[in-house]
Amino acid sequence: MIGSIAALGAGLAVIGAGIGIGQVGGKAMEGISRQPEAASKIQTAMIIAAALIEGAALFGVVVSFLGLK
Amino acid sequence: MYLSHILNSKKIALSVILGVFLTFCTCKTFAIQHEEAHEAAAATEHEEEAFNPSEVILEHIADSHSLHLWGTTSIPLPVILYTDKGIETFSASKFEHGHADYQGKYYTYRLVKDKVHIVGEGSDLSAAATVLKPNGKLVDFSITRNVASMWLSIVLLFIIFFSVSAAYKKREGKAPKGLQSFLEPVILFVRDDIARPNIGYRYQRFMPLLLTIFFFIWINNLIGLVPFFPGGANLTGNIAVTFVLAFITLIIVNVNGNKYYWKHIFAPDVPVWLYPIMWPVELVGIISKPFALMIRLFANITAGHIIVLSLISLIFVFKSAYVSVVSVPFVVFMDVLELLVAALQAFIFTLLTALFIGTAIEEHHH
Repeated sequence: MIGSIAALGAGLAVIGAGIGIGQVGGKAMEGISRQPEAASKIQTAMIIAAALIEGAALFGVVVSFLGLK
Repeated sequence: MYLSHILNSKKIALSVILGVFLTFCTCKTFAIQHEEAHEAAAATEHEEEAFNPSEVILEHIADSHSLHLWGTTSIPLPVILYTDKGIETFSASKFEHGHADYQGKYYTYRLVKDKVHIVGEGSDLSAAATVLKPNGKLVDFSITRNVASMWLSIVLLFIIFFSVSAAYKKREGKAPKGLQSFLEPVILFVRDDIARPNIGYRYQRFMPLLLTIFFFIWINNLIGLVPFFPGGANLTGNIAVTFVLAFITLIIVNVNGNKYYWKHIFAPDVPVWLYPIMWPVELVGIISKPFALMIRLFANITAGHIIVLSLISLIFVFKSAYVSVVSVPFVVFMDVLELLVAALQAFIFTLLTALFIGTAIEEHHH
Protein backbone atom coordinates (compact mmCIF):
# COMPACT_ATOMS: atom_id res chain seq x y z
CA MET A 1 0.00 0.00 0.00
CA ILE A 2 2.81 2.39 0.90
CA GLY A 3 4.48 1.54 -2.41
CA SER A 4 1.40 2.52 -4.40
CA ILE A 5 1.06 5.81 -2.53
CA ALA A 6 4.72 6.53 -3.30
CA ALA A 7 4.01 5.86 -6.97
CA LEU A 8 1.11 8.31 -6.76
CA GLY A 9 3.47 10.91 -5.32
CA ALA A 10 5.93 10.37 -8.16
CA GLY A 11 3.10 10.80 -10.64
CA LEU A 12 1.96 14.06 -9.05
CA ALA A 13 5.54 15.37 -9.12
CA VAL A 14 5.73 14.53 -12.81
CA ILE A 15 2.48 16.42 -13.54
CA GLY A 16 3.94 19.57 -12.01
CA ALA A 17 7.22 19.22 -13.88
CA GLY A 18 5.36 18.49 -17.12
CA ILE A 19 3.30 21.67 -16.87
CA GLY A 20 6.34 23.71 -15.90
CA ILE A 21 8.70 22.43 -18.56
CA GLY A 22 5.92 22.60 -21.13
CA GLN A 23 5.46 26.29 -20.36
CA VAL A 24 9.19 26.97 -20.50
CA GLY A 25 9.65 25.05 -23.75
CA GLY A 26 6.61 26.62 -25.41
CA LYS A 27 7.59 30.16 -24.52
CA ALA A 28 11.17 29.50 -25.62
CA MET A 29 9.89 28.25 -29.00
CA GLU A 30 7.80 31.39 -29.31
CA GLY A 31 10.79 33.53 -28.44
CA ILE A 32 13.02 31.75 -30.94
CA SER A 33 10.47 32.05 -33.73
CA ARG A 34 10.12 35.76 -33.04
CA GLN A 35 13.87 36.31 -32.83
CA PRO A 36 15.77 33.45 -34.45
CA GLU A 37 19.11 35.24 -34.02
CA ALA A 38 18.74 35.02 -30.22
CA ALA A 39 18.16 31.25 -30.38
CA SER A 40 21.35 30.20 -28.57
CA LYS A 41 20.80 32.62 -25.69
CA ILE A 42 17.16 31.60 -25.33
CA GLN A 43 18.15 27.95 -25.42
CA THR A 44 20.63 28.32 -22.55
CA ALA A 45 18.14 30.25 -20.46
CA MET A 46 15.48 27.65 -21.27
CA ILE A 47 17.72 24.79 -20.15
CA ILE A 48 18.51 26.55 -16.87
CA ALA A 49 14.81 27.17 -16.17
CA ALA A 50 13.89 23.62 -17.16
CA ALA A 51 16.61 22.24 -14.88
CA LEU A 52 15.33 24.27 -11.95
CA ILE A 53 11.78 23.03 -12.48
CA GLU A 54 13.02 19.51 -12.92
CA GLY A 55 14.94 19.84 -9.65
CA ALA A 56 11.72 20.63 -7.80
CA ALA A 57 10.02 17.63 -9.40
CA LEU A 58 12.94 15.37 -8.54
CA PHE A 59 12.60 16.31 -4.89
CA GLY A 60 9.15 14.76 -5.11
CA VAL A 61 10.52 11.69 -6.86
CA VAL A 62 13.24 11.23 -4.24
CA VAL A 63 10.72 11.52 -1.44
CA SER A 64 8.67 8.81 -3.09
CA PHE A 65 11.86 6.71 -3.39
CA LEU A 66 12.20 7.02 0.35
CA GLY A 67 8.57 5.98 0.67
CA LEU A 68 9.40 2.77 -1.19
CA LYS A 69 11.71 1.49 1.54
CA MET B 1 29.40 0.45 -63.55
CA TYR B 2 29.34 3.71 -61.73
CA LEU B 3 28.36 2.40 -58.35
CA SER B 4 31.49 3.38 -56.44
CA HIS B 5 29.88 6.72 -55.50
CA ILE B 6 27.60 4.75 -53.11
CA LEU B 7 30.58 4.09 -50.90
CA ASN B 8 31.48 7.76 -50.84
CA SER B 9 27.99 8.97 -50.08
CA LYS B 10 27.69 10.79 -46.79
CA LYS B 11 24.22 9.37 -46.20
CA ILE B 12 25.47 5.81 -46.51
CA ALA B 13 28.36 6.48 -44.18
CA LEU B 14 26.02 8.04 -41.64
CA SER B 15 23.58 5.15 -41.78
CA VAL B 16 26.43 2.67 -41.43
CA ILE B 17 27.64 4.51 -38.33
CA LEU B 18 24.09 4.59 -36.95
CA GLY B 19 23.68 0.90 -37.72
CA VAL B 20 26.90 -0.02 -35.93
CA PHE B 21 25.87 2.15 -33.00
CA LEU B 22 22.43 0.56 -32.74
CA THR B 23 23.94 -2.92 -33.01
CA PHE B 24 26.24 -2.04 -30.16
CA CYS B 25 23.29 -0.80 -28.08
CA THR B 26 21.39 -3.99 -28.78
CA CYS B 27 24.42 -6.06 -27.82
CA LYS B 28 24.52 -4.09 -24.61
CA THR B 29 20.87 -4.80 -23.82
CA PHE B 30 21.45 -8.46 -24.54
CA ALA B 31 24.37 -8.32 -22.17
CA ILE B 32 22.08 -6.93 -19.48
CA GLN B 33 19.49 -9.55 -20.26
CA HIS B 34 22.11 -12.22 -20.07
CA GLU B 35 23.28 -10.97 -16.72
CA GLU B 36 19.72 -10.64 -15.45
CA ALA B 37 18.89 -14.10 -16.69
CA HIS B 38 21.82 -15.51 -14.78
CA GLU B 39 20.92 -13.66 -11.67
CA ALA B 40 17.26 -14.54 -11.91
CA ALA B 41 18.21 -18.17 -12.46
CA ALA B 42 20.59 -18.05 -9.54
CA ALA B 43 17.92 -16.45 -7.37
CA THR B 44 15.35 -19.12 -8.22
CA GLU B 45 17.88 -21.89 -7.68
CA HIS B 46 18.86 -20.69 -4.26
CA GLU B 47 15.64 -19.50 -2.75
CA GLU B 48 12.89 -20.89 -5.00
CA GLU B 49 11.31 -17.49 -4.78
CA ALA B 50 9.32 -15.49 -7.31
CA PHE B 51 11.29 -12.93 -9.31
CA ASN B 52 11.31 -9.70 -7.36
CA PRO B 53 12.05 -6.82 -9.74
CA SER B 54 12.51 -4.11 -7.12
CA GLU B 55 15.10 -6.20 -5.29
CA VAL B 56 17.10 -6.85 -8.47
CA ILE B 57 16.88 -3.19 -9.51
CA LEU B 58 17.96 -1.88 -6.13
CA GLU B 59 20.84 -4.34 -6.06
CA HIS B 60 22.04 -3.04 -9.44
CA ILE B 61 21.78 0.57 -8.38
CA ALA B 62 23.36 0.20 -4.96
CA ASP B 63 27.01 -0.09 -4.07
CA SER B 64 28.56 -3.54 -3.70
CA HIS B 65 31.64 -5.33 -2.39
CA SER B 66 32.44 -7.03 -5.69
CA LEU B 67 33.24 -5.56 -9.07
CA HIS B 68 31.11 -7.10 -11.76
CA LEU B 69 33.06 -7.91 -14.92
CA TRP B 70 30.74 -9.75 -17.34
CA GLY B 71 28.16 -12.51 -17.21
CA THR B 72 28.45 -14.04 -13.77
CA THR B 73 32.16 -13.21 -13.40
CA SER B 74 33.03 -10.70 -10.74
CA ILE B 75 36.11 -9.89 -8.73
CA PRO B 76 35.90 -9.50 -4.94
CA LEU B 77 37.13 -6.18 -3.58
CA PRO B 78 39.02 -5.53 -0.34
CA VAL B 79 36.95 -4.89 2.77
CA ILE B 80 38.49 -2.35 5.14
CA LEU B 81 36.70 -1.89 8.43
CA TYR B 82 37.47 0.56 11.18
CA THR B 83 35.99 -1.04 14.27
CA ASP B 84 36.10 0.21 17.85
CA LYS B 85 38.90 -2.31 18.53
CA GLY B 86 41.05 -1.62 15.47
CA ILE B 87 41.35 -1.80 11.73
CA GLU B 88 40.44 -5.01 9.95
CA THR B 89 41.16 -5.84 6.29
CA PHE B 90 40.17 -8.91 4.31
CA SER B 91 38.87 -9.86 0.89
CA ALA B 92 35.16 -9.78 0.16
CA SER B 93 35.48 -13.30 -1.29
CA LYS B 94 35.51 -14.53 2.34
CA PHE B 95 31.78 -13.83 2.44
CA GLU B 96 31.11 -16.16 -0.52
CA HIS B 97 28.43 -13.76 -1.87
CA GLY B 98 26.75 -13.42 1.49
CA HIS B 99 26.49 -17.17 2.15
CA ALA B 100 29.20 -17.35 4.82
CA ASP B 101 30.21 -15.37 7.88
CA TYR B 102 33.80 -14.27 8.26
CA GLN B 103 35.57 -14.64 11.60
CA GLY B 104 37.84 -11.62 11.81
CA LYS B 105 40.37 -10.60 14.44
CA TYR B 106 37.85 -8.76 16.58
CA TYR B 107 34.36 -9.69 15.46
CA THR B 108 32.44 -12.02 13.18
CA TYR B 109 31.18 -10.26 10.09
CA ARG B 110 28.23 -11.01 7.85
CA LEU B 111 27.19 -9.53 4.52
CA VAL B 112 23.51 -8.55 4.55
CA LYS B 113 22.26 -6.86 1.37
CA ASP B 114 25.83 -6.01 0.38
CA LYS B 115 26.50 -4.24 3.66
CA VAL B 116 28.91 -5.54 6.29
CA HIS B 117 27.37 -6.19 9.68
CA ILE B 118 28.88 -7.37 12.94
CA VAL B 119 27.33 -10.58 14.20
CA GLY B 120 26.93 -10.20 17.93
CA GLU B 121 25.93 -12.74 20.54
CA GLY B 122 22.51 -14.21 19.93
CA SER B 123 23.03 -13.45 16.21
CA ASP B 124 21.93 -9.83 16.51
CA LEU B 125 23.39 -7.69 13.76
CA SER B 126 24.85 -4.25 14.12
CA ALA B 127 25.38 -2.31 10.94
CA ALA B 128 28.09 0.14 9.94
CA ALA B 129 28.07 3.57 11.46
CA THR B 130 26.69 6.23 9.19
CA VAL B 131 25.76 9.86 9.55
CA LEU B 132 22.28 8.69 10.44
CA LYS B 133 23.54 6.05 12.88
CA PRO B 134 26.71 7.34 14.52
CA ASN B 135 26.93 4.84 17.37
CA GLY B 136 27.61 1.75 15.24
CA LYS B 137 30.59 -0.41 16.14
CA LEU B 138 32.30 -0.20 12.75
CA VAL B 139 32.92 2.29 9.99
CA ASP B 140 33.11 0.78 6.53
CA PHE B 141 36.07 2.17 4.55
CA SER B 142 35.98 -0.66 2.01
CA ILE B 143 37.04 -0.19 -1.58
CA THR B 144 33.59 -0.88 -2.98
CA ARG B 145 32.74 -1.04 -6.64
CA ASN B 146 31.85 2.64 -6.70
CA VAL B 147 35.28 3.52 -5.33
CA ALA B 148 36.97 1.18 -7.79
CA SER B 149 34.96 2.62 -10.65
CA MET B 150 35.76 6.16 -9.55
CA TRP B 151 39.49 5.41 -9.48
CA LEU B 152 39.19 3.86 -12.90
CA SER B 153 37.47 6.95 -14.26
CA ILE B 154 40.12 9.18 -12.65
CA VAL B 155 42.89 7.15 -14.28
CA LEU B 156 41.03 7.38 -17.57
CA LEU B 157 40.65 11.14 -17.24
CA PHE B 158 44.35 11.51 -16.40
CA ILE B 159 45.40 9.45 -19.41
CA ILE B 160 43.09 11.36 -21.75
CA PHE B 161 43.97 14.83 -20.54
CA PHE B 162 47.70 14.33 -20.05
CA SER B 163 47.99 12.96 -23.57
CA VAL B 164 45.95 15.85 -24.95
CA SER B 165 47.90 18.48 -23.05
CA ALA B 166 51.16 16.88 -24.19
CA ALA B 167 49.88 17.08 -27.73
CA TYR B 168 49.25 20.81 -27.28
CA LYS B 169 52.84 21.31 -26.16
CA LYS B 170 54.26 19.19 -28.94
CA ARG B 171 52.11 20.56 -31.74
CA GLU B 172 52.11 24.18 -30.67
CA GLY B 173 50.54 26.45 -33.23
CA LYS B 174 49.38 23.55 -35.39
CA ALA B 175 45.87 22.25 -35.99
CA PRO B 176 44.60 19.77 -33.37
CA LYS B 177 44.83 16.09 -34.19
CA GLY B 178 43.15 12.89 -32.95
CA LEU B 179 41.73 13.05 -29.45
CA GLN B 180 42.65 16.71 -29.34
CA SER B 181 40.16 17.57 -32.07
CA PHE B 182 37.43 15.80 -30.13
CA LEU B 183 38.13 17.49 -26.81
CA GLU B 184 38.95 20.98 -28.00
CA PRO B 185 35.37 21.86 -29.05
CA VAL B 186 34.05 20.46 -25.75
CA ILE B 187 36.53 22.49 -23.70
CA LEU B 188 35.76 25.59 -25.76
CA PHE B 189 32.07 24.92 -25.24
CA VAL B 190 32.59 24.87 -21.46
CA ARG B 191 34.58 28.09 -21.71
CA ASP B 192 32.45 30.05 -24.17
CA ASP B 193 28.95 28.80 -23.35
CA ILE B 194 29.20 28.00 -19.66
CA ALA B 195 31.98 29.95 -17.96
CA ARG B 196 32.22 33.25 -19.81
CA PRO B 197 28.53 34.23 -20.04
CA ASN B 198 27.77 33.26 -16.44
CA ILE B 199 30.90 34.21 -14.51
CA GLY B 200 32.07 37.23 -16.48
CA TYR B 201 35.57 38.42 -17.24
CA ARG B 202 37.13 36.61 -14.25
CA TYR B 203 36.13 33.23 -15.58
CA GLN B 204 39.67 31.92 -15.98
CA ARG B 205 40.19 31.22 -12.29
CA PHE B 206 37.26 28.83 -12.31
CA MET B 207 37.93 27.02 -15.58
CA PRO B 208 39.91 24.15 -13.98
CA LEU B 209 37.08 23.51 -11.54
CA LEU B 210 34.35 23.69 -14.18
CA LEU B 211 36.22 21.47 -16.63
CA THR B 212 36.96 18.92 -13.92
CA ILE B 213 33.34 18.81 -12.79
CA PHE B 214 32.08 18.61 -16.35
CA PHE B 215 34.36 15.79 -17.51
CA PHE B 216 34.18 13.86 -14.24
CA ILE B 217 30.39 13.77 -14.29
CA TRP B 218 30.21 13.11 -17.99
CA ILE B 219 32.67 10.23 -18.05
CA ASN B 220 31.12 8.64 -14.97
CA ASN B 221 27.62 8.96 -16.43
CA LEU B 222 28.84 7.22 -19.57
CA ILE B 223 30.71 4.51 -17.66
CA GLY B 224 27.56 3.96 -15.59
CA LEU B 225 25.65 3.13 -18.78
CA VAL B 226 27.96 0.22 -19.67
CA PRO B 227 26.63 -2.94 -18.01
CA PHE B 228 29.89 -4.92 -18.08
CA PHE B 229 33.48 -3.99 -17.16
CA PRO B 230 34.56 -1.10 -16.99
CA GLY B 231 30.97 -0.17 -16.14
CA GLY B 232 28.67 -1.90 -13.74
CA ALA B 233 28.86 0.73 -11.04
CA ASN B 234 26.36 3.52 -10.68
CA LEU B 235 28.67 6.24 -9.47
CA THR B 236 26.85 9.47 -10.30
CA GLY B 237 23.64 7.80 -9.17
CA ASN B 238 25.11 7.52 -5.68
CA ILE B 239 23.99 10.28 -3.37
CA ALA B 240 27.32 10.37 -1.50
CA VAL B 241 29.22 11.16 -4.70
CA THR B 242 26.80 13.86 -5.78
CA PHE B 243 26.85 15.20 -2.24
CA VAL B 244 30.62 15.70 -2.39
CA LEU B 245 30.38 17.34 -5.81
CA ALA B 246 27.68 19.70 -4.58
CA PHE B 247 29.63 20.36 -1.39
CA ILE B 248 32.64 21.46 -3.46
CA THR B 249 30.34 23.89 -5.26
CA LEU B 250 29.01 25.19 -1.93
CA ILE B 251 32.54 25.81 -0.64
CA ILE B 252 33.79 27.44 -3.84
CA VAL B 253 30.77 29.74 -4.13
CA ASN B 254 30.90 30.93 -0.54
CA VAL B 255 34.67 31.27 -0.32
CA ASN B 256 34.66 33.42 -3.45
CA GLY B 257 31.60 35.44 -2.45
CA ASN B 258 32.41 39.15 -2.41
CA LYS B 259 31.02 41.83 -0.12
CA TYR B 260 28.00 42.44 -2.37
CA TYR B 261 27.09 38.77 -2.12
CA TRP B 262 27.28 38.81 1.68
CA LYS B 263 25.55 42.19 1.87
CA HIS B 264 22.71 40.76 -0.18
CA ILE B 265 22.38 37.98 2.38
CA PHE B 266 22.88 39.82 5.68
CA ALA B 267 21.88 43.38 4.85
CA PRO B 268 19.46 43.34 1.93
CA ASP B 269 17.60 46.48 0.88
CA VAL B 270 14.57 45.87 3.07
CA PRO B 271 13.35 47.53 6.30
CA VAL B 272 15.51 46.51 9.25
CA TRP B 273 12.67 44.82 11.11
CA LEU B 274 12.45 42.28 8.25
CA TYR B 275 16.03 41.09 8.82
CA PRO B 276 15.09 38.30 11.25
CA ILE B 277 12.88 36.86 8.51
CA MET B 278 15.35 37.49 5.69
CA TRP B 279 18.38 35.89 7.33
CA PRO B 280 16.97 32.38 7.68
CA VAL B 281 15.50 32.57 4.19
CA GLU B 282 18.80 33.64 2.66
CA LEU B 283 20.78 31.07 4.64
CA VAL B 284 18.41 28.34 3.47
CA GLY B 285 19.00 29.71 -0.03
CA ILE B 286 22.76 29.16 0.33
CA ILE B 287 22.24 25.52 1.27
CA SER B 288 19.33 24.72 -1.03
CA LYS B 289 21.15 25.60 -4.26
CA PRO B 290 23.86 22.91 -3.93
CA PHE B 291 21.27 20.61 -2.37
CA ALA B 292 19.23 20.85 -5.56
CA LEU B 293 22.38 20.12 -7.58
CA MET B 294 22.96 17.00 -5.50
CA ILE B 295 19.40 15.72 -5.83
CA ARG B 296 19.15 16.56 -9.52
CA LEU B 297 22.18 14.56 -10.60
CA PHE B 298 21.44 11.66 -8.24
CA ALA B 299 17.77 11.37 -9.17
CA ASN B 300 18.28 11.77 -12.91
CA ILE B 301 20.89 9.06 -13.19
CA THR B 302 19.18 6.72 -10.75
CA ALA B 303 15.83 7.18 -12.48
CA GLY B 304 17.40 6.38 -15.86
CA HIS B 305 18.93 3.18 -14.52
CA ILE B 306 15.67 2.19 -12.84
CA ILE B 307 13.71 2.65 -16.07
CA VAL B 308 16.15 0.54 -18.10
CA LEU B 309 16.24 -2.19 -15.47
CA SER B 310 12.44 -2.22 -15.06
CA LEU B 311 11.98 -2.64 -18.80
CA ILE B 312 14.39 -5.58 -18.72
CA SER B 313 12.66 -6.95 -15.62
CA LEU B 314 9.34 -7.06 -17.51
CA ILE B 315 10.68 -10.08 -19.43
CA PHE B 316 11.24 -11.95 -16.18
CA VAL B 317 8.03 -10.75 -14.56
CA PHE B 318 5.98 -12.18 -17.43
CA LYS B 319 8.37 -15.16 -17.83
CA SER B 320 8.14 -14.91 -21.59
CA ALA B 321 10.79 -14.15 -24.21
CA TYR B 322 8.11 -12.54 -26.41
CA VAL B 323 7.89 -9.57 -24.06
CA SER B 324 11.40 -8.68 -25.21
CA VAL B 325 9.91 -7.70 -28.57
CA VAL B 326 8.43 -4.72 -26.75
CA SER B 327 10.94 -4.19 -24.00
CA VAL B 328 14.23 -4.39 -25.92
CA PRO B 329 13.37 -1.57 -28.38
CA PHE B 330 12.25 0.52 -25.43
CA VAL B 331 15.52 -0.22 -23.65
CA VAL B 332 17.48 0.80 -26.75
CA PHE B 333 15.44 4.00 -26.88
CA MET B 334 16.05 4.68 -23.20
CA ASP B 335 19.76 4.00 -23.58
CA VAL B 336 20.04 6.48 -26.42
CA LEU B 337 18.10 8.97 -24.32
CA GLU B 338 20.45 8.27 -21.41
CA LEU B 339 23.42 9.14 -23.63
CA LEU B 340 21.82 12.54 -24.04
CA VAL B 341 20.98 12.80 -20.34
CA ALA B 342 24.57 11.87 -19.42
CA ALA B 343 25.91 14.88 -21.30
CA LEU B 344 22.99 17.12 -20.34
CA GLN B 345 23.34 16.51 -16.61
CA ALA B 346 27.09 17.18 -16.76
CA PHE B 347 26.28 20.38 -18.64
CA ILE B 348 23.56 21.47 -16.19
CA PHE B 349 25.68 20.77 -13.12
CA THR B 350 28.57 22.78 -14.57
CA LEU B 351 26.27 25.54 -15.82
CA LEU B 352 24.56 26.00 -12.46
CA THR B 353 27.91 25.91 -10.66
CA ALA B 354 29.12 28.67 -12.99
CA LEU B 355 25.88 30.58 -12.44
CA PHE B 356 26.19 30.40 -8.64
CA ILE B 357 29.84 31.47 -8.80
CA GLY B 358 28.81 34.27 -11.13
CA THR B 359 26.20 35.63 -8.72
CA ALA B 360 28.69 35.36 -5.84
CA ILE B 361 31.49 37.36 -7.51
CA GLU B 362 29.30 39.83 -9.40
CA GLU B 363 30.08 43.53 -8.87
CA HIS B 364 27.04 45.68 -8.21
CA HIS B 365 26.74 49.26 -9.34
CA HIS B 366 24.04 50.89 -7.28
